[in-house]
Amino acid sequence: MARAFTPKVVTANALLEGDVVYLTARRTWSRSHADALLLTDEAEAAVRLLEASAQRDRVVGAYLADARPGPNGPEPIHFREVFRTRGPSNYRHGKQEATLAHV
Amino acid sequence: MYDYSDFDEAFVRRRAAEFRAQVGRRIDGSLTEDEFRPLRLMNGLYLQLHAYMLRVAIPYGTLSSRQLRALATIAERWDKGYGHFTTRQNIQFNWPRLIDVPDMIDALADVHMHAIQTSGNTIRNVTADHFAGAAADEIEDPRPIAELIRQWSSDHPEFQFLPRKFKIGITGATADRAVTRAHDIGLRMVQDQAGTPGFEVIVGGGLGRTPLVGQVIRSYLPKDDLLPYLEAIVSVYNLWGRRDNKFKARIKITVFENGIEAMREAVEAEFEQRRRKFAGVSAEVLADIEHRFPQPALSPQGDGGLAAAKAADAALRSFVDTNVTPHRVPGYGIVTVSLKAHGATPGDATSDQMRAMADLADEFSQGEVRVSHEQNLILPHVRLADLPAVHARLKAQGLATANAGLLSDIIACPGMDYCTLATARSIPIAQGLATHFADLGLEQEIGALKIKISGCINACGHHHVGHIGILGLDRAGVENYQITLGGDATENAAIGDKVGPGFAYDEVIPAIERLLRAYLALRLSPAETFIEAFRRLGAGPFRAALYPDQVETDAA
Repeated sequence: MARAFTPKVVTANALLEGDVVYLTARRTWSRSHADALLLTDEAEAAVRLLEASAQRDRVVGAYLADARPGPNGPEPIHFREVFRTRGPSNYRHGKQEATLAHV
Repeated sequence: MYDYSDFDEAFVRRRAAEFRAQVGRRIDGSLTEDEFRPLRLMNGLYLQLHAYMLRVAIPYGTLSSRQLRALATIAERWDKGYGHFTTRQNIQFNWPRLIDVPDMIDALADVHMHAIQTSGNTIRNVTADHFAGAAADEIEDPRPIAELIRQWSSDHPEFQFLPRKFKIGITGATADRAVTRAHDIGLRMVQDQAGTPGFEVIVGGGLGRTPLVGQVIRSYLPKDDLLPYLEAIVSVYNLWGRRDNKFKARIKITVFENGIEAMREAVEAEFEQRRRKFAGVSAEVLADIEHRFPQPALSPQGDGGLAAAKAADAALRSFVDTNVTPHRVPGYGIVTVSLKAHGATPGDATSDQMRAMADLADEFSQGEVRVSHEQNLILPHVRLADLPAVHARLKAQGLATANAGLLSDIIACPGMDYCTLATARSIPIAQGLATHFADLGLEQEIGALKIKISGCINACGHHHVGHIGILGLDRAGVENYQITLGGDATENAAIGDKVGPGFAYDEVIPAIERLLRAYLALRLSPAETFIEAFRRLGAGPFRAALYPDQVETDAA
């Protein structure tokens, strides 16, 4: 029996800066995982990934990553995806740097 | 130091202009990512976890002060004010924007540097003994030969699409500080019976998924024959190397599957053909390179009062005893400047630190800096009399950590903090080990020790040849670390053995502490290093220290 589909988000890297981005419900790209569209239907996930991959002037290497619903929006599951939401652990660079700037 | 010829200059400028146009076409949408990817990789530009990464070649690990200042400026202007020195003597910038990369490459070309062939299935940056030209145990400075290999391999039309990447390491010394036995081709300078320097040629070494120690394919090769012989090896590999399976495509597998005898026979036959075509050309080019590679004129002298200064300053004494290596010229020393301050990221230097190193090089080290595969910087030619001044200046920049060759002098790849291939983090493990043992005050007591950490099976952190190797893996969605023991990166190269199941992220440091406390209890005397004790006793007592519960279960 095929494995049951688990919820996903579409993620990629922005073409110009390389920063991690997520596909939103409005088919735009957000830097924040919480803004991502959580895809619970396998067929829709496949279509959204194809659409995202076609935006080749905006993003690079789109793929589906496991996620789950959270109080503030979708949350990553795998530790690699958790790191992608914030940046490296040795310096406050990447997304966590931007978060600091807003505080 | 080697100075670019007009040919080098024109070649690098042409490639920079070509890549600028390619980046422009990618941004305006004329090139797809599939089309652009091989082009950017040919120019050292990767897309990593959080950003692009530009890998810049530092041929044979040698930098002029001018080049180091340019790297500092590039880091500040287009990155986040630091650079990461790697185990292949390259520097990586972790945060460039795609649109800025052409300007970065132009700035590199201004100081005779580039990022060509730092990626892709080509012959990569040639690495060398970081003490080359300064070491007391050296037959000859191998860097003119390394430069010859750089010129020959750059844009070599036959070798742009090899089955897999290809790495060459070279040393001119008896002690192997260039890990030549873990390279696709390792070159160790040796002398024939008449004392003429040539090379022992080692082939098929490598770490990664299938770690293998290289084998000697030619025990003595005259210098004049080097290029046709290297070309013969790479061309045989180009034909024989497997293209059906990426994991079996390195030359180590070609040698392993065909046997060293068959490989040698094919290489020798090819060599005979190629040698005629070279007809003395390499000797001519080498003579020109040597001419462009002036050696510093150093005259022997006394210690300039260093002994008295050491007696009066414990920090200086510790620094000199730990980080200074004897120079070929009496009265000089080779200074290892550690990029491993306790808690720092191994191999990272800020722009300020790079500029400080460039100033020190100009004032005290003939304008030269080296990058070691152990991710430190080296001032190769420092008068012993100048060591107190150099030490004081390093201290002001946080660069005076006296830990060369000790526990916290850890090699660590970028791991999952940066790398897309990584399966776990390496950097925080290295930081944690360094600070933990510094807090315990055990580092000096433990003495000489090589810990090497990789964040995936590809082994950029050389974990297989660490006395203690740590390999980060993903076990069912959780970081897990495998420990290997008994590896050796020197002329006695050995691959470490896995001793048992892996450890969770939080368990690694306590496990290493148990292991090293066992060593302290078991060693015959403080003179017996960890690796010596391991060789004498075997894995048994160390395994027991790592897995105390398992031993109890076994005994029950």
